[in-house]
Amino acid sequence: MSILVIAEHDNAELKGATLNTIAAAKAIGGDIDVLVVGSGCGAVAEAAAKVEGVSKVLVADNAAYEHQLGENTGKLVADLGKNYSHVLAAATTTGKNMLPRAAALLDVQPISDIIAVEGPDTFKRPVYAGNVIATVQSSDAIKVASVRTTAFDPVAAEGGSAAIEAVDIVDDAHVSKFVGEELAESDRPELTAASVVISGGRGMGNGENFELLYKVADKLGAAVGASRAAVDAGFVPNDMQVGQTGKIVAPDLYIAVGISGAIQHLAGMKDSKVIVAINKDEEAPIFSVADYGLVADLFDAVPELETKL
Amino acid sequence: MKVLVAVKRVVDYNVKVRPKADGSDVDIANVKMSINPFCEIAVEEAVRLKEKGVASEIVVVSMGPKQCQEQIRTALALGADRGIQVETDAELQPLAVAKCLKAIVDKEEPQLVILGKQSIDGDNNQTGQMLAALTGMGQGTFASEVNIEGESVKVTREIDGGLQTVELTLPAVVTTDLRLNEPRYASLPNIMKAKRKPLDVTTPDELGVDIAPRTKTLKVEPPAERQAGIKVADVAELVEKLKSEAKVI
Repeated sequence: MSILVIAEHDNAELKGATLNTIAAAKAIGGDIDVLVVGSGCGAVAEAAAKVEGVSKVLVADNAAYEHQLGENTGKLVADLGKNYSHVLAAATTTGKNMLPRAAALLDVQPISDIIAVEGPDTFKRPVYAGNVIATVQSSDAIKVASVRTTAFDPVAAEGGSAAIEAVDIVDDAHVSKFVGEELAESDRPELTAASVVISGGRGMGNGENFELLYKVADKLGAAVGASRAAVDAGFVPNDMQVGQTGKIVAPDLYIAVGISGAIQHLAGMKDSKVIVAINKDEEAPIFSVADYGLVADLFDAVPELETKL
Repeated sequence: MKVLVAVKRVVDYNVKVRPKADGSDVDIANVKMSINPFCEIAVEEAVRLKEKGVASEIVVVSMGPKQCQEQIRTALALGADRGIQVETDAELQPLAVAKCLKAIVDKEEPQLVILGKQSIDGDNNQTGQMLAALTGMGQGTFASEVNIEGESVKVTREIDGGLQTVELTLPAVVTTDLRLNEPRYASLPNIMKAKRKPLDVTTPDELGVDIAPRTKTLKVEPPAERQAGIKVADVAELVEKLKSEAKVI
């Protein structure tokens, strides 16, 4: 078996999600090649070559791939993927955008969000917002799957010495153009990579009150997240949303503040090692998954927590 | 400009689905079915484009057993002009749905196809991207803003780090995220009117599409349950437990 893993990166650095995806590839077994698609992404390829267990790094470095538009990268992944038994990418917004496009070009039914490898053609994945886990077997010649990164412990970023090979296929569909982006600027760690996450829900009342959480986060070196209710209410931007349709996180410590615990939110954080819930409603469903529950008014408890840390 | 919208019949989002006792499938006998929430947002966006004078006709498509006509009627009541049902009782996987949609796109030649980014049953998040691949169109996935500008469409997308805007040549595929709009409620007169709007029925066979499933569900099971822990009395006890018991701070 031979597995092609699509690297998650921003042309400057290899993202940790790639290491979790390679871990899923290792669980399948076989040679693992990593494809870096981007522009000016040489440093990413070098980092990928050092990752434990990687046989070969393919680099497609071209201006057409600068913003990793799915129309272009999907075609390239299909062109290269036909030589492999498996094609894997992290279930990030980049992976989710590109991978089904590549799969359709390969005439393959992809498998989204795998959380366990049961065999080379059999995987577990959540459906119905995580209320049900399905075991799915693929009969396609090539298995195309996106990987829920929190379900696989990352492989070591160092220890490998894979060869780097340039790919000169340039796929430019000429149907899409990058216009711009607004990326959240923050000195705090990335939500999906942080070891501590503190999230606020509708109970926060407004966006300004999130300042209370930022203060605690800065003491703990934590990332700050939010429930869908808080994002929909306009308190904070969408990239902070933790949940089935937002980000899936599994930190060592997750602190849920003013979050009732809708199933949609639980699906995004219930694999956290330790969960703390602070909510004034003692009937809130969040308490049924929390290791430590504190029934209190968050506007008293959170400032007190900050001073006691 | 003609807009095509795909809608899916799914278990209502308020229903908590459980696996059958034998683990063969989920138990959805006698549960409430609705239009997939992301698809409802897709219908709303198309209706808004029509109200702005950008869209001239909205065609809504759904696939599945006869009952999915209910969801087509819902979309017609919200403002779509006519419906197409691709009737089959067989299991439809996203690749098969994308192929059926491609056959309809070839016939209808819409300038814009709007779909939900994922359905809340299968949670696959694939069909729009696959339809775009099969038709060679650009794809504006996870859209939070859609603006038609002449021969192209600007789509703002919700991505992991924030927002990204892309410009796609028309015809193009857009998939909706939650914050694109807030769907309206259908008024009673519009529900009555929807009953008289045209609804054509076709089949995968007539469209020339092989819908044979490519994956098989071997088993479904509930997720590992997390045990509830303890309630702490105050912040001091919480900090103490996190330090000495959980050892996470």
